[in-house]
Amino acid sequence: MKRAGIPTEEFIYSGHTACPGCGALLVARYLLKVLGKNTIMNIPACCFAAIPGTFPDTCLGIPLLYNAFETTAATASGVEAALKIKGKKEKINVVGFAGDGGTADIGIQALSGAIERGHEIIYVCYDNEAYMNTGMQTSSLTPKGATTTTNPLGKKGGWRTRNKKNMMDIVAAHDIPYAATVNPSYPMDFVKKIEKAKNTKGTSYIHAYSVCPTGWRYQPELGLELGRLATETGLFPLYEFENGRYIINYKKKTKEVLEYYKLQGRFRHLSEDFIKEVQEYIDKEWQKLLVKEECSNR
Amino acid sequence: MVKKIMTGNIAAAWGARLSRAEVIAAYPITPQTIIVEKLAQFVSDGELKAEYLHVESEHSAMAACIAASQTGARTFTATSSQGLVLMHELLHWASGARAPIVMANVNRALAPPWSVWVEHTDMMSQRDTGWIQFYAESNQEVLDTTIMCYKLCEDKDIQLPAMIGLDAFYLSHTSEIVDIPDQEKVDKFLPKFEPAYPLDVENPLSIGSLSMPHQWYPEFRYKIQEAMERVIPKLNKIEEEFYKEFGRKYTGPLELYNTEDAEVVLIISGAATGTVKETVDILRKKGIKVGVIRLRMFRPFPSDYLVKALSKISFIGVIDRSFSFGHEGAIYSEIKASLYGLNAPLIKNFIVGMGGRDITTDTITKIYENCFSCLKNNKIDIPVEWIDIKV
Repeated sequence: MKRAGIPTEEFIYSGHTACPGCGALLVARYLLKVLGKNTIMNIPACCFAAIPGTFPDTCLGIPLLYNAFETTAATASGVEAALKIKGKKEKINVVGFAGDGGTADIGIQALSGAIERGHEIIYVCYDNEAYMNTGMQTSSLTPKGATTTTNPLGKKGGWRTRNKKNMMDIVAAHDIPYAATVNPSYPMDFVKKIEKAKNTKGTSYIHAYSVCPTGWRYQPELGLELGRLATETGLFPLYEFENGRYIINYKKKTKEVLEYYKLQGRFRHLSEDFIKEVQEYIDKEWQKLLVKEECSNR
Repeated sequence: MVKKIMTGNIAAAWGARLSRAEVIAAYPITPQTIIVEKLAQFVSDGELKAEYLHVESEHSAMAACIAASQTGARTFTATSSQGLVLMHELLHWASGARAPIVMANVNRALAPPWSVWVEHTDMMSQRDTGWIQFYAESNQEVLDTTIMCYKLCEDKDIQLPAMIGLDAFYLSHTSEIVDIPDQEKVDKFLPKFEPAYPLDVENPLSIGSLSMPHQWYPEFRYKIQEAMERVIPKLNKIEEEFYKEFGRKYTGPLELYNTEDAEVVLIISGAATGTVKETVDILRKKGIKVGVIRLRMFRPFPSDYLVKALSKISFIGVIDRSFSFGHEGAIYSEIKASLYGLNAPLIKNFIVGMGGRDITTDTITKIYENCFSCLKNNKIDIPVEWIDIKV
């Protein structure tokens, strides 16, 4: 029996301009390894708009189409429709690759429209939990307690007081054929899910955990460790939503939120009581996810 | 060739159908909706082979059209008023992307207060987006211009998008006899769309990426202007070909009506030109030397053509069915600028018919009288005058 592995081919070459330890780059790397050369990628304003290089250079081995901030899903819809009418869609993957702000905030309308229309596109949100390309401003996916440049620490608090929007629930509510969370700290799980997205008839949504040493303020070499902690604490559970069923891929929720929070400068100001509150919320969300899995598989 | 009675909206849909638009992204808005309804019917009946996208906004309609065009498909959309201004960001994007999209825009006023009736402010305020702009006078012209626009926009020397304005209700919902050209002839006239730099997995390009100040940004902009300068000569050639194929003559960026010996000439765009022509006929019968110039095209602006056409005119009245607040009518501004430094005649701006208020032969007669009175005194009383205003 042949063991499934990580494809060896690379589509991101040298010359990129990402920060050392960039999570988005790792997400894109695994993504493209699975999707291969017959892939067209649409990219809005985000870190990844700057990473592949300036005109006319590119460090990617696939065609890139840049689009306006809020239009990733609409742009991908247009590419898909054109490929369809030209009879080329069967062999080409159309990817939207956007950050958390471009997905959960400004781009959510276009995303909702594209999923509802059922375009055969793979929409990837690389979630680094703030507007990082503009210098770490709060998005609706910034976690509770984090400081950003628009939630700066001040004499009267100032950090973010709301929890992250649940994008997986939002896309699931569209009756999307396939949605999954991925985390580059779990590469085998990652590639398996991209393979599924590739073979999905209709829209698939991938929510990718994407570390950001610059914005989260931790040592870049800790990226993969942080990723593991995010999943082991239940802050970023690995799961799928496939044809109406929830499947949790990693159930060892063994670590405390505190372990994850204490490694990052953006959470440094938080009191133990505050982190306890976050822990309680995460525990509740985890329970909800278990129930979703159980109920949807009955 | 078949003659049918149809509205401007149906004519626009036929224009897109005969041009074999391949991707249509559509969002409803009064009074445009019938265009996208008719196209949906053509697709449902199998009479038009196209991907029809029920997008969730005009913004996404334009985004999808741009991307589809860059992938290599011929694209069409239609909008009006609020929809057009919602697209504004992407209108800039479309020309920057050199996507030869053709769009019908039913000219309608902007809210508040709500008004679904004709005005040109929606399109005039897209002046700097890099789109070619036509304003039609008849339903036949809507259909014919749509076909000609694809040929113009997709030309390797142009590669720019175009919008065709048709006045709300006066054209969009008014029926006229329209010749529907034979599909075979249109196919012969309009070649297949071949984009210069399509998205292609065999030749992976990065399209639209960052350009630093020292790199290529100004050159990209300059190239758009170079293409704009080629539009009118190219249009003249295309209209010539169109005439040979279909027997209907169009006259480039301007249409002159009784201007040869006229003392006073009005300049106007859109469907109300018909009313001005009618007034000219009435006044001419009385021996009054009046004429009218219809501005068919607002971008690129046909300065040279206007200067030539206006060289012997004593008095020009410019009718704007839009307004640039804090200044004057947009067409008036452009014409004054075109005449700067020349031995310019007297020129006055009339703001008329905003929000669909009817422009009648009485309105136009009053405007001509106003012009003659200024001419007699050799003085412009009010340079920018709002006509038929109740306050």
